[in-house]
Amino acid sequence: MAAAVPLGLLVLLLLGPVDWGHAEPPRDSLREELVITPLPSGDVAATFQFRTRWDSELQREGVSHYRLFPKALGQLISKYSLRELHLSFTQGFWRTRYWGPPFLQAPSGAELWVWFQDTVTDVDKSWKELSNVLSGIFCASLNFIDSTNTVTPTASFKPLGLANDTDHYFLRYAVLPREVVCTENLTPWKKLLPCSSKAGLSVLLKADRLFHTSYHSQAVHIRPVCRNARCTSISWELRQTLSVVFDAFITGQGKKDWSLFRMFSRTLTEPCPLASESRVYVDITSCNQDNETLEVNPPPTTTYQDIILGTQKTYAVYDLLDTALINNSRNFNLQLKWKRPPENGYIHYEPAQDRRQPHLLEMLIQLPANSVTKVSIQFERALLKWTEYTPDPNHGFYVSPSVLSALVPSVVAAKPVDWEGSPLFNTLFPVSDGSSYFLRLYTEPLLVNLPTPDFSMPYNVICLTCTVVAVCYGSFYNLLTRTFHIEEPRTGGLAKRLANLIRRARGVPPL
Amino acid sequence: MGLLSDPVRRRALARLVLRLNAPLWALPVAWLQRAMRSVGLEVYTQSFSRKLPFPDETHERYMVSGTNVYGILRAPRAASTESLVLTVPCGSDSTNSQAVGLLLALAAHFRGQIYWAKDIIFLVTEHDLLGTEAWLEAYHDVNVTGMQSSPLQGRAGAIQAAVALELSSDVVTSLDVTVEGLNGQLPNLDLLNLFQTFCQKGGLLCTLQGKLQLQDWTTLDGPLQGLQTLLLMVLRQASGRPHGPHGLFLRYRVEALTLRGINSFRQYKYDLVAVGKALEGMFRKLNHLLERLHQSFFFYLLPALSRFVSIGLYMPAAGFLLLVLGLKALELWMQLHEAGVGPEEAGDAPGPSPPLTSTQGVGLASLVAPLLISQAMGLALYILPVLGQHVATQHFPVAEAEAVVLTLLAIYAAGLALPHNTHRVMSTQAPDRGWMALKLVALIYLALQLGCIALTNFSLGFLLAATMVPAAALTKPSGPRPLYAALLVLTSPAATLLGSLFLWQELQEAPLSLAEGWQLFLVALAQGVLEHHTYGALLFPLLSLGLYPCWLLFWNVLFWK
Repeated sequence: MAAAVPLGLLVLLLLGPVDWGHAEPPRDSLREELVITPLPSGDVAATFQFRTRWDSELQREGVSHYRLFPKALGQLISKYSLRELHLSFTQGFWRTRYWGPPFLQAPSGAELWVWFQDTVTDVDKSWKELSNVLSGIFCASLNFIDSTNTVTPTASFKPLGLANDTDHYFLRYAVLPREVVCTENLTPWKKLLPCSSKAGLSVLLKADRLFHTSYHSQAVHIRPVCRNARCTSISWELRQTLSVVFDAFITGQGKKDWSLFRMFSRTLTEPCPLASESRVYVDITSCNQDNETLEVNPPPTTTYQDIILGTQKTYAVYDLLDTALINNSRNFNLQLKWKRPPENGYIHYEPAQDRRQPHLLEMLIQLPANSVTKVSIQFERALLKWTEYTPDPNHGFYVSPSVLSALVPSVVAAKPVDWEGSPLFNTLFPVSDGSSYFLRLYTEPLLVNLPTPDFSMPYNVICLTCTVVAVCYGSFYNLLTRTFHIEEPRTGGLAKRLANLIRRARGVPPL
Repeated sequence: MGLLSDPVRRRALARLVLRLNAPLWALPVAWLQRAMRSVGLEVYTQSFSRKLPFPDETHERYMVSGTNVYGILRAPRAASTESLVLTVPCGSDSTNSQAVGLLLALAAHFRGQIYWAKDIIFLVTEHDLLGTEAWLEAYHDVNVTGMQSSPLQGRAGAIQAAVALELSSDVVTSLDVTVEGLNGQLPNLDLLNLFQTFCQKGGLLCTLQGKLQLQDWTTLDGPLQGLQTLLLMVLRQASGRPHGPHGLFLRYRVEALTLRGINSFRQYKYDLVAVGKALEGMFRKLNHLLERLHQSFFFYLLPALSRFVSIGLYMPAAGFLLLVLGLKALELWMQLHEAGVGPEEAGDAPGPSPPLTSTQGVGLASLVAPLLISQAMGLALYILPVLGQHVATQHFPVAEAEAVVLTLLAIYAAGLALPHNTHRVMSTQAPDRGWMALKLVALIYLALQLGCIALTNFSLGFLLAATMVPAAALTKPSGPRPLYAALLVLTSPAATLLGSLFLWQELQEAPLSLAEGWQLFLVALAQGVLEHHTYGALLFPLLSLGLYPCWLLFWNVLFWK
């Protein structure tokens, strides 16, 4: 205590001139952050973390004034002499195989584990009372924790915070797997936040969206931490975390594109004024699945790189306290879009012109390893002109083989060679550099059967047409080449000509 | 008095076995691969699976999955643009293992020859036709029947011809050749001629439709047997079934036929060398072809192996039959026309421009109800049996296949109750004109359908025309109605099918009793539905969606009030 007061005075002295007019410097701070992680399965995980840190020693001081730290929990710590408290409510199960490793694992249902101070005499009694109080605070059935489901682990569950000794006698652990997590648990959890759900990231905590997910886990972690680097005194840290996994199939209607509004049906409008840090992180580590890259909009101003859970991760950082971010558009709606990189593709297609040029289709494709690629082309069978059939039309028509030219990465790096000195066969392969070699493959030609008319029928048709043409031509030729001259009308009328016809038929000389 | 004497129990057990579909026998894939590879072929496999719409009781299968094995003999100095296929179906037991042996022996022999210009594919299929279907669909990269199969890794260009081989026993006394394929398609006649040439050359005894070839056409016996063979072929072709694995090749315009080794317990037996020699000869001839077979006939009927009836000879028969319908329709049109213009103008205006009066419009409108109802009946006949099999099996103690067949029959019979329902719907202003118009429409509809069928599958078209046309032409609501009704029922498509079965067995010299015939009829119905779903045979939809509704229209005319 003696050390704490001068330190406090020192802080006062340092911060006094720039303070906001308070008599005492803020000994507590709030940092909030949201991490959005696109998961390998196409779902999106959102993890909220609110960290309230209070530079006071709750047990020893008769604390009466609470600013950011929730009074309900502060009183709990001093009354039951807690050293650490970890409480989580989870609905669903984290599918590690499809979602990757989680930030904070939690069992399905409710989990509570508590380290008591070594000053506690009757740990079991305190544990019982504590679980009942917590049950009231979080509207959960934690009062069902009793000796039948409480254990004292000896090896696992070490204290996460500052601890002098780890006597397992002061540890209690219980899980209620049947606990159903619902809005009534979320509301008291939200009330512990300094800005409640009025401003800052907590605006997004809308119950009907959070429970419309495939995984929901909310937790409260209280632990003592070092106040400074030398660890001369302790501070209390309250971490409230909430993880949800949005189902791409249900929420996104099958699309993998996301935005804050689509996830939470809310956008961010202002930072929490009490927060000293308010940030949104988006995991933009390029996961090379399906050759897609993540595009975030608005583009991030800064990025943050670190090794998380053994892998290198890159995060886009948005600072809500940066006034430019929200002032530009009055609200901040982060959008995530999956983009296929333009497949540095090249497609060249020259359509055919009948009887003048063939189809040409050139494609530049990058083939994934160990895969089968099938290129199929639809075509229609058409009748050719009858003079265009080959003498053996029923053999079919050849489609020339396709050509595959590839630059194949070499397994063994070839060393650059002196062309003149190397064996002759080396120069047959055009090698650009040592790392890859050129290869050209041809497919087999394709024999396509086109509809072929029965050529015995055209023969008949030709014969018939020739006959018809000959007959017509003959008569026309006659008509056109013969000269016609008018014969003088004979004397005598119709009756006489008829009579003459009859007489001629009878063989009698005409009249 | 065993466990299975009770028919219900027996059926239950059969169903259990079908459901479990225990792999009682499977193709020795690994062995075949090894054997083909040791011969020097490029060996590939293809796995396929198919769930039949309902359990197939004759073949005892429901959920089928199998593997086809095929080896390709690559022709030297050829670019794999053309190929020939020798296929051997391997059934659910090892009945065809002789043929597999012959196939391997031929492959070994062919591999040593240098004259091949076309690749030769040696294909062993599992589950007989289902395997062939899966392989063909994968080879041509289409999916027409909902078969699930793995893609083929090895191809050999366009298939020019295929020969399927089935040897039911190790003793072969004669070779039977089958040409009728799916939907009555036939291979080019030259392929058959080729086979016959090599049969004669090798002195093999060849049969067609199981009938020996009599050389003596001067006495009555020869033509009589020819007629029997011809009738058998007509019945087979009309059934539209693929009568052997070759039937499925024909859909892809691959000339194909099936050779069956028959053991008919004769004195003289052939060893497999003789059969192999004939096959080798055929393959060598096919190998030398520059074009695919196209010179000879695609439409023919065979009274004997060495004789055929060409399309030019038989088509007029069907044409004349259909002419009856046309003439009858013309007559009705004239009568309608006269009634329309009235008695005073009827004498002098038979011109080709019929005045469309308002009464005619009413007459046509009244046709909509019977047309729609009969077509709906046909649709129900097509869809309901397979769709409703599960409902039927839940409510009645029948197996799925039985349920399908019984539903078929029930819907078919229910169609006969139709006229009593539809005549009330229609206006009764001009009753005489009403039935005339309906019959006119029905006649034209029938003529069109039969014409189209006869063009694609002559046998089916002719068979249906020969039975349906007289009854259709005679039917009218006046006159000896019970006689007409009996005639109509006897010539309905189902009755034709039943009659054909009896005729078939009679021609096979294995006459049926009535009960056996009925059983065979039920089996044929189930097979027809199944073949439509598994291979795409068109007989079932043709009868249920086309001819049955048309026949119902005539039934409707008969009971017009």
